[in-house]
Amino acid sequence: MTENLVEISKMSFQHESGKVVFQDVDIVIPRGKVTAIMGPSGTGKTTLLRLIGGQLTPTSGKVRVENEIIHELSHYELYQLRKRMGMLFQTGGLFTHLNVFENVAFPLREHTHLSESMIRTLVLMKLQMVGLRGARGLMPSELSGGMSRRVALARAITLDPDLIMYDEPFTGQDPISMGVLIKLIRTLNDALKLTTIIVSHDVQEALSISDYAYVIADQKIIGHGTPKDIMENASPQLQQFIHGMPDGPVPFDYPAQPITQDFLEAGVNV
Amino acid sequence: MFNQLTLLGSWGMENLRELGRSGMMVFDVVFSRPNIRKGFPLVIQQIYSEGVLSLLIIVVSSLFIGMVLSLQGYHTLQKFGATPELGPLVALSVTRELGPVVTAILFAGRAGSAVTAEIGLMKATEQLSSMEMMAVDPLRRVIAPRFWGGIISMPLLTMIFNATAIYGAYLVGVQWLGLDNGVFWSNMQASVEFHADVVNGIIKSIVFGVAVIWIAVAQGYFAVPTSAGIASATTRSVVYASLVILGLDFVLTAMMIGSW
Repeated sequence: MTENLVEISKMSFQHESGKVVFQDVDIVIPRGKVTAIMGPSGTGKTTLLRLIGGQLTPTSGKVRVENEIIHELSHYELYQLRKRMGMLFQTGGLFTHLNVFENVAFPLREHTHLSESMIRTLVLMKLQMVGLRGARGLMPSELSGGMSRRVALARAITLDPDLIMYDEPFTGQDPISMGVLIKLIRTLNDALKLTTIIVSHDVQEALSISDYAYVIADQKIIGHGTPKDIMENASPQLQQFIHGMPDGPVPFDYPAQPITQDFLEAGVNV
Repeated sequence: MFNQLTLLGSWGMENLRELGRSGMMVFDVVFSRPNIRKGFPLVIQQIYSEGVLSLLIIVVSSLFIGMVLSLQGYHTLQKFGATPELGPLVALSVTRELGPVVTAILFAGRAGSAVTAEIGLMKATEQLSSMEMMAVDPLRRVIAPRFWGGIISMPLLTMIFNATAIYGAYLVGVQWLGLDNGVFWSNMQASVEFHADVVNGIIKSIVFGVAVIWIAVAQGYFAVPTSAGIASATTRSVVYASLVILGLDFVLTAMMIGSW
């Protein structure tokens, strides 16, 4: 077993539309640790998770998961590897035609031949972990945004994966469930000996539970290290992001011509 | 001029690419290793939601189409003293043309649009992506059952359409307008051939079924995952399917006409 679960080397990725998302990025996700990947919105953090999960193929470079180059695996091998991954999507991605219990039971029913009573026990255990055992009969449409995220979390850990990826887990959580969730992510990682990747732009929350962090901006890594290193890093770009300052190397405004020119042209063309 | 030519070219390329992608998708669905234990209940469920739930609209439309066909036919045939030919007129037009074509168009509107919207929304709400990440292939779990369910439902619905339409014609022709019962049925029996008319109609309906459900799943699967994207995918699903049905009907009729 190697020390790193995921190794990304010299990876570049470009969307079909031609938009370059990553340029020669190197990222290493150590086994058994919580790694945070942070960056302003629109920098391709979710795209990165999809690259690790093999849903997208990099334009160049390599993405290794469990020592296998994920974008070179056959369909069957890829699906075998994915059984050992869990991913929590931003919107939860719950199946709207199934209730909470059946959503969590879905991976078990698809991949195992367990008895009904065993499935029930396992599902209730997972739901208990996220505090929603009582909500097992509800349909996804009856859940709040935060609750559906927690159900999705229970579903993502049903098969006891080695790697779990969270896409913006903190958005839409109230302070109470936020506290619980932060603790839960850490506890799950340590108790189940998982490897965790958190993609987030909530700097404080993400840094508070991670062992290592990467900050992405402008198609590349602008800083990485332990949370302490990141906080103390002197790079102005990193400081702007960590402290949420409007002015700095990262522009708040989308590139545009000077505002006076825009107004003067009003009525001529848009 | 040159610009327009370029636009035409890129439009053509885009459409061909789309056709290629959806062709690959159907290839994967048809030639993937079937899992009977898991797949069978899913297909049954889809036959229910695509076929059984379309029954009401199919039965009501076919009954009225049969009735109106009988009414129109009777009045025209009467001028030539040929009312005994009402049975063959209705039976032949229904089994050869109206049955498969109208069923397919109604099916595209009732079931095809629902399939497109459902798959499109599953894509937009990341249900398909999360399924992929749970190592469950959405092509096998979501697309394949809907595809097979549609193909199985279409000929069954067409048979029901044919039967109900002929019954509607009987109600108007015999029960209301007073045509002789025996004349109506025996003339029909004498001029409708099982293979050339009924079976060929069913073959048409299977071909239409493949076309409608293929368009429906492909439009849903490749829909732009936004509300506007799903709306236009649903519209396209019904419009393309209807046009393809009419086009295919002409081609199939031309191929089958030799046996009439």
